[in-house]
Amino acid sequence: MALAWLPARLVGRRAQTATARSLVFTVPGWPGHLPGQHVDVRLTADDGYQAVRSYSLAAPADDDRLELGVQAVSGGEVSPYLADQLPPGERVEMRGPLGNWFVWRPEQTEPVLSVAGGSGVVPLMAMIRAHRSAGSRSLFQLVYSVRGPEDVWYREELEDGGPFLDVRFLHTRRSPHGAARASGRITAADLREPTARLDPVSPVYVCGSTGFVETVGDLLVELFAGRGKEPATIRTEHFG
Amino acid sequence: MGDPGAFLDGNALAGPLSEILSVEPTTAWWRCPHCKRAGSLAQLHLYGPEPGITARCPGCAYVALRLVREEDHIWLTLGSESGAFRFRTA
Repeated sequence: MALAWLPARLVGRRAQTATARSLVFTVPGWPGHLPGQHVDVRLTADDGYQAVRSYSLAAPADDDRLELGVQAVSGGEVSPYLADQLPPGERVEMRGPLGNWFVWRPEQTEPVLSVAGGSGVVPLMAMIRAHRSAGSRSLFQLVYSVRGPEDVWYREELEDGGPFLDVRFLHTRRSPHGAARASGRITAADLREPTARLDPVSPVYVCGSTGFVETVGDLLVELFAGRGKEPATIRTEHFG
Repeated sequence: MGDPGAFLDGNALAGPLSEILSVEPTTAWWRCPHCKRAGSLAQLHLYGPEPGITARCPGCAYVALRLVREEDHIWLTLGSESGAFRFRTA
């Protein structure tokens, strides 16, 4: 079923890190979406040239206001423009909501494990926010790998998420002073405790770069196999 | 996809395929005829999006589908050497 391209207007921009932005658009007629879904954004240049890219929604819909997370990547055709140059009030087009695979629904009651690498936290943040606003009392865990403390998106919300949100930060290059864990890439040890808290049907979400998602997928499969239990599905989403 | 930092997996096929399919496609089950690995369409590896999108098996890189967008058409090829379907979209 063809989805219409809807006009979207940029109404807010907030820096999350040196290169990451939260962008808020108003999209009249937006039908609503599920946590984890994404949109296609279409930009049209003056000469008619069009570029379409997919971006994750970072929050449940607030009426017709949508929040996206955009990481500006040097050399990118679209992301640096969206992140820092698109003027407030400017119109783009959006199509969505898209995807039913990488989705958490508020009626799910099993404990959840989510694992993010860098900007992979964006769709997981939509789940965390929906989990909180639904008043869910099931445990939602986030293992969040970043290079250093300055690369953490949504820090305030993640550090003050209440008793049903469990967040672990993994620093791959620069750890904060006094950190118990030495800097380094994610290992099985980082996932042992979070996976031990899951039910047999618990969903697991992994989002990050291709290499990160493959590494985490392999670690999870080993951990679950070692315990003789399997999560219902490991759901993944990755980007370049 | 063609943009460092953008989607590189079958999740990004949801938009383009919504133009020609009536069912949400990313949860569709697929088994690679070459390496027999099975999974969802969302897990395919994507290359593109210009001049077109190629979705490959995450295990062995077998081509699962190709999709090319023209102004009024979408060309869809399933698998390799099976010919392209041309869908009118406008």
